[in-house]
Order: sequence, then structure tokens, then C-alpha cells
Amino acid sequence: MSEIKNYTINMGPQHPAAHGVLRLILEMDGEVVERADPHVGLLHRGTEKLAETKPYNQSIGYMDRLDYVSMMCNEHGYVLAIEKLLGIQAPERALYIRTMFDEITRILNHLMWIGAHGLDIGAMTVFLYAFREREDLMDCYEAVSGARMHATYYRPGGVYRDLPQQMPKFTPNRWVDEAEVKRRNANREGSLLDFIEDFTDRFPALVDEYETLLTDNRIWKQRTVGIGVVSPERAKNLGFTGPMLRGSGVAWDLRKKQPYAAYSKVDFDIPVGSNGDCYDRYLVRVEEMRQSNRIIRQCIEWLRANPGPVMIEDHKIAPPKRADMKDDMEALIHHFKLFTEGYCAPPGEVYAAVEAPKGEFGCYIISDGANKPYRLKVRAPGFAHLAAMDEMAKGHMLADVVAIIGTMDIVFGEIDR
Amino acid sequence: MSLEERLDDLVDELEEAFEDNEIEGVDFHREHDELTLTVPREIFMSVMRLLRNGKPFQFDTLIDVCGVDLSSYGQSEWSTDNSGFSRGAQRGAFSPEPNNRFASVYHLQSTVHNHRVRVKTLLDSDKPIIDSVVDLWAAANWFERESFDLFGILYKGHPDLRRILTDYGFIGHPFRKDFPLEGTVEMRYDPEQKRVVYEPVSIEQRTLVARVIREDSRYEEGWKPEEPEEPEAEEEAAS
Repeated sequence: MSEIKNYTINMGPQHPAAHGVLRLILEMDGEVVERADPHVGLLHRGTEKLAETKPYNQSIGYMDRLDYVSMMCNEHGYVLAIEKLLGIQAPERALYIRTMFDEITRILNHLMWIGAHGLDIGAMTVFLYAFREREDLMDCYEAVSGARMHATYYRPGGVYRDLPQQMPKFTPNRWVDEAEVKRRNANREGSLLDFIEDFTDRFPALVDEYETLLTDNRIWKQRTVGIGVVSPERAKNLGFTGPMLRGSGVAWDLRKKQPYAAYSKVDFDIPVGSNGDCYDRYLVRVEEMRQSNRIIRQCIEWLRANPGPVMIEDHKIAPPKRADMKDDMEALIHHFKLFTEGYCAPPGEVYAAVEAPKGEFGCYIISDGANKPYRLKVRAPGFAHLAAMDEMAKGHMLADVVAIIGTMDIVFGEIDR
Repeated sequence: MSLEERLDDLVDELEEAFEDNEIEGVDFHREHDELTLTVPREIFMSVMRLLRNGKPFQFDTLIDVCGVDLSSYGQSEWSTDNSGFSRGAQRGAFSPEPNNRFASVYHLQSTVHNHRVRVKTLLDSDKPIIDSVVDLWAAANWFERESFDLFGILYKGHPDLRRILTDYGFIGHPFRKDFPLEGTVEMRYDPEQKRVVYEPVSIEQRTLVARVIREDSRYEEGWKPEEPEEPEAEEEAAS
């Protein structure tokens, strides 16, 4: 028999299962992976350097575009770091709004993940189901910020504006008649909070739906059980955070351990896996969606009962109301200075982290007293996860590499930055 | 226990441990409820080993490694100092060779004790070399590669110190302060040669918002913005 040598496969950067622009160099022994070398950076935009050339507030929009499926959580990390640097605290209502939208974002992210992960491994239906629900949540984004994805809704000192009292509605057109429009608008008659509440009523049953498709599915289990196993010690050593760490059985969640926003005031549980394989991480994320739903419901209740300001009144940092600017010279000057020069942060360095859907998203800001950050470092969870690709894929089949990419919940916006 | 008290305890324990292990020259700095240790390069590894394995610390997760170029720290591009307002921003305020030009900053976290600490080592501009911590934390692998790629900081003992984020064949270290934001080359497809060609950049440098450092009373130490008046807002909503 002839000798079979190792050979190298180039997977990506244009590959549907590579979740973006991942180029993987795989050294194969037959169908078994010997070494995996991810080449990243094809989406490197130099976000951190760009942020150094702009006043603080102008970079919030860049944060949305880092991990572009969990937009508001990224903003939260950045805004939190600025607030810590300036020594300000957002009003309580803003903290609850942030908590609620962080959880909406978490569901958005996990829906995208469950759909894409399913599709990678061969389950088409979940993808379609997940996008159906994402549409409703995107509408929530649009209602508060005007944008479906890149919201720029969080600002240092609070959030851009209060929750709207009414939802935008569908109108009849050539293809959609009166009766159909009425049916579609049924849950949009009230305020945004009513719309979100209606969603949280429906959502647990929808998660059940995904679970009937996947959890006991024989093929799904064959593809995920025992694949990419990481022990708890190894997971910590590799810098894993978020569901990747919890899937390995470490009960670590910044929302509980180092609470920010209103997380210390809401009730929720931290799901933890036991085997550290792809299947456990799947279960952890599905349970996280249910817990997020629970948090959102508590936030809705609080927000209904407690109206109040959503932004601090200090106009050196937060812009004055447009109405005030019409007849108040000082407000006009504040507005002009804020939008041309911005505010200067005191010299110092600060690190603030949030529990983004993928793990710990942190911003490290060094300030030298200027109106722009001297250095901004974004700590993206996916970067540490993808770095473990070689270790996780070693000894698995080629097809399992796709399952491992899926379970890491890779998004290149944040890895390449 | 509040975060502040827990940090007090951590500082006490660190000071004790440094004394026991005869480690000298570590500077403690506390700000915003965060602890920064500035460690000289010579004793960097022994401090890191202690933080990783010492019983009262157990910093088991390396959150981040971050390179910093300090060569234009504290320099503004626009001022209103002497003869009124200047019209244009002065670009490229940059002092070329300060002694400690670079810094390598590590963020550590202990999942056992729920502590965070920042370790900072200053490096000179001629030889920005520091020991790699890959043996202590596997997560350092890519983070150090990134810092090498963007700043040119060398990590001694790193198993595979290649570029990671920049293009294949990239020249220079883009996050250094003397590297222009616009870069040096641009790329396009040349239909005649039927391949991708690199050319010098055609876009001009410009400053949209100047970098200013204000020193008026607002930015003095201890200055706090006014708190929002909450009860008033509630009344409004009730009526």
C-alpha cells in the first residue's frame, strides 16, 4: 500500500460555514485535522485607531459595527468605560432601559447563532424560525433609535431618548390588504413596552419550538455531543468567557459577579453545562434565551411603574433639549461645543466590561485629558475563542470544524476590529 | 464587602507577597476602583508567576494584552493660548524618542476570588522586548501576536510571533503614533495587468476635530457634574 502523506486544505475566506471572512489552513491526516491555523484580519478596519482621532461620542457608532449581531451590548461596554472615566452615573430609568435592551440584544444574538449553527450542521428550519423572531426584536431597535441594527442608542450619561409611546404600524398597499394589515398591527396598537411584553408572552413557546427541532434530534446530537470538549481549567486558561466558559461548567457571569446597570435588582439564573462540548454550549445558550426573557419582563414591569429622566442633566456631557435651544443662549452654546469639540475626560485609565452575548466585552481607555481617547482597546470575546481553534479542532473530523466554528459564535466584526 | 475594601485586602496581600518573595520596585496605583501595578521589565515574569499561582491571588484568566504607544501623550493639536485662536490644527504632535515609549498592559481576572488587576510594563523605544506569558496563560498567544503586529512589541519566548490582523506582506506597525491614519498604500485591481496592485495612498490627511486638552476649572480634580433632580421629574409625569 502506498504511503499517504498529510495534506493541507485552505478553507475560506469565502465559505458559507466560515461565518464571514475566516481563512482556515487545515493540515489533514486523511479526514482528521492535525492542525488548524486561522488567518484573521481580513475585516480589520482599525476601529481603535479611528477612535483615537474622534471625540468620544463619535465612536459609539463604531461599537455597533464591531460585533454586528449584538450591537447594543458593545455600546454598553464603551459607554460604561466613558462614564467611569468621567465619574458620572446614568439615571436609574436609563439603567433599566439598558438592561432590557442588553437582554433583547442577547436574544437577537442567540437567535442568529442558533439559526446559523443549525444551518452549518444541516438543520435548515431553525434558521427560518429564528429570523422570524429577530424581525420583531429589530422593530424594537428601530422604535427606540430609528435604526434596525446599528442603533447608537446608548450615550454617556444615559440613553438617547425615552421609550416611545407608540409603535410604527404597517399600512395597506398593493400586495397587502386591509384585513392582513390589521392582523399584522394587532400587537402594535400600544406602546413599545406593550409590544415587547407581547413578544415575551410568545417567546417561551417559540424557544420550545426550536428545542423540539434540535434538543433530542438524533442528527443534531451526533454532530454536537462530544465535539470540541474543553475542560473548565483549560477554558479559563484559554481566556474563555460567556457561554463558552459556562458550557464547561464554570458558573461565571459578570451580570452576577460584577453587576452593572440594573442587573443586581433583577432575578435570573445562570445556566451551566457539565461536559464542555458543543451540545452543552447549545443547551446553555438556549436556557440563556429563556432567562433573558425573564429579565425583560421584570424590566418592563419596573419601567411602567417608574417614569423619569433617561439622561443626565449635565450639558457639558449630554446635549440640551432642542426646545431649550430655541430661546436659551447657554443651551445653544452647550450644544455647539458638545457637537464640535466634545468633552474632555480627565487623565487616567479605565477598563469597563459587560457580559455581551458572546462573553466579556470590555473597553480599556487611556485618557490624557483630551477630547479624544488617547488609546482605546477593545477586548472582544470572540478573539480569545477563535484563538483556541487549533486546540479544539485537533483530532476531529473536517466536518466537525464547522460545528466548532458554529459553537464559538464567531463574528468577524469584533475579532478583526 | 464593598469593592473598595476587597481592593484594600488585595493590595495588602500583594505587598506582603512581594516582600516575602523579595520583589522590589512595583508601583501601586488605584483609580476608579481599579488597581494598576506598574512593574519593571526585569521582575515582570516573577510578578506574573506570583499573580497566576499565588494562593491569595489565583488570577486564572488573562482578559487582555494591550500595547500602547506613549510618544504623543498629553500633546494637543490646537490651543487658544497666546495670540487668540489659531485657524488650523497642528498635526502630528509627536515626540519621537521618549525613553519609555511603549507599554504592554495586561488585564487579569481571578474567577476564584473575583478580583481584577492591571499590570503595566513600560518598554523603551529601541528594544521593546518583554517576556511572553504564553506559558502561564494560553490566551496570551493571539493577544501578544496582535500587540506585536500593531505596535512592534516583541514577546520573548512566544512560540509563533507572526502578524495577525494586518495584510500579508504589510510593512510597519499601524497603531504607532507616527503611522498615519490613512496608511501608506492603497490597493486596487488593475484590469491591464489582471492582478491586484498596491500604490501609495492618494487621500490627503486632514483633521476633522482637533485634539484639545482643556485646563479650565471644569476639569480640575474632584469636579463632579450635578445630579439630576429625580423627584421633580416624577411629579411631572404624575400630573
